[in-house]
Amino acid sequence: MHRLWVFVFLAVAAAVAACSSPAQPIQAPTTSVRGAEGLTGRVTVAGSTTVQPLAEKLAEAFMAEHPRVKIDVQGGGSSVGVKSAGRGMVDVGTVSREIEDSEKQEYPDLKVFRIALDGIAIITNSGVSVDGLSKEQVRDIFAGKITNWRQVGGADRAIVVVAREEGSGTRAAFEEMVMGPDNPITGGAVLQPSNGAVRTAVMGTPDSIGFLSFGYLDQSVKALKVDGVEPTGASAASGRYPIVRPLNMLTRGEPTGTVKSWLDWILGPEGQQLVVKEGYIAVK
Amino acid sequence: MDRSMRCLLLAGALTSILIVLLIGLFILLQGWPALRQVGLGPLLMGRVWRPQKGQFGLLPMIVGSMLVVLGATILGVPLAVACAVFLAEVAPMPVRNVVRPAVELLAGIPSVVYGLFGLVVLVPLVRHIPVPGNSGFGLAAASAVLAVMILPTITNVAENAILAVPQDYREGSLALGATHWQTIVGVTLPAAHSGLVAAIVLGVGRALGETMAMIMVIGNSVILPRPLNGNPLTLALSQARTLTGNIAVEISYATGLHESALFATGLVLFVLIMIVNAGAHALMRGGQHERSG
Repeated sequence: MHRLWVFVFLAVAAAVAACSSPAQPIQAPTTSVRGAEGLTGRVTVAGSTTVQPLAEKLAEAFMAEHPRVKIDVQGGGSSVGVKSAGRGMVDVGTVSREIEDSEKQEYPDLKVFRIALDGIAIITNSGVSVDGLSKEQVRDIFAGKITNWRQVGGADRAIVVVAREEGSGTRAAFEEMVMGPDNPITGGAVLQPSNGAVRTAVMGTPDSIGFLSFGYLDQSVKALKVDGVEPTGASAASGRYPIVRPLNMLTRGEPTGTVKSWLDWILGPEGQQLVVKEGYIAVK
Repeated sequence: MDRSMRCLLLAGALTSILIVLLIGLFILLQGWPALRQVGLGPLLMGRVWRPQKGQFGLLPMIVGSMLVVLGATILGVPLAVACAVFLAEVAPMPVRNVVRPAVELLAGIPSVVYGLFGLVVLVPLVRHIPVPGNSGFGLAAASAVLAVMILPTITNVAENAILAVPQDYREGSLALGATHWQTIVGVTLPAAHSGLVAAIVLGVGRALGETMAMIMVIGNSVILPRPLNGNPLTLALSQARTLTGNIAVEISYATGLHESALFATGLVLFVLIMIVNAGAHALMRGGQHERSG
């Protein structure tokens, strides 16, 4: 009997503890000051995992110029970027897609800064003889309507589709720009949880096809022409390459102080040079 | 002194119980919105998992987890039990002293290393099976990796179960003229059977919870595993996704109901593993009664 009471007590205590703990970590927005010797202060950044490596580079370079500035970059995903910037939990939110209308309605104060463009390349295993596809063919392959390379001018081999997991910003952008609302990616696709894992899977799997961010393209896989256009920074910047998405930074209200200085720097020549160096496409 | 020590130990024991309770409660609270909005039936029996469209069916993952564990059991159990019999009954002391630590070492290899081995060696190997649509990723490669991962757990418990069989049984059998092998098969293993079953169930529990290695080799497709062509054996080449993989692959993006549905996935996994562990305990207790009775 005695023991039973201990259990009841523990269960109640646990329930109270779990209920009273706040569900979301709340970070106070940090203030920044322009001092006499230059910029100081802390900037917090969170959101898209696609933007994260670029944001980290942009933060590093900026901090090297302004040693008294500290910029913290975290991931979380594009939706997290919108939410945390909209609620003022971070100074800057990052998003690797367009801002949805519902999000604009929920957070009308958000200011959107397009810092770079990122192309999504269609890649195949290097053994695949097909060099290019139309956007419609890409769509039909990923929807599972075209299942053999013979149907698009290749060898008589079954196509192995490799894609990203549900929730990925790259997948969301690919679905929006290539698949459209009525063509879900086939359930038979091998799903890999990152750009790097997609590349590894396509590299090692004969007859496979996948998609990844331009930043991850290398010699280990074959990048296909889409609608006859090579996937390069130049073709994407000129608007000829058809699968390009924006990388955005968001602030709540007009940015001020150190945050404004950083965003200005990113959109200035130094920041944009770094964007190009990291394999993305400059916006200016 | 005795008294304070006892309090300290009690506090330690209570803390661990509290942690388990808190974790269970936390998962339940976080998963609750999904359970309420989606409903337990559609969650457990739904065939479509498309969080962006608000469809949360866990059946493909439940079936995927069960099939891969079944595959690992078929491949791993004979190997593990044979290993345990060898260690307990056959191997001379010097050999035992080498083989046992080697098997135990398998338990110390990190999951991601198994996954890497599977990705680089097993997946390309499986891909050689000439069936259209065979990507190499899937149940076959995942089961093979998992079979090796549960080997140390099963071997360890099974060996102890065999060693716990009273020496009298063996001597009685040998005295009746049975050979060593006949004694093992006819007397020792039947006498240890409840311990062996418990070992297998523990291995199954371990297999259900495995995550990283599975993500790397199983393909993670959200489909009910199905044979690739008319031959039912090609089911083993089908891609799948495990319950654990479902959580690990999507949690970093998930918000709102999607996140809650992933916690509900954890709840399903939690309950499955508790059932398996309770089964193991019941079997082990049953074994003790049998022997003492």
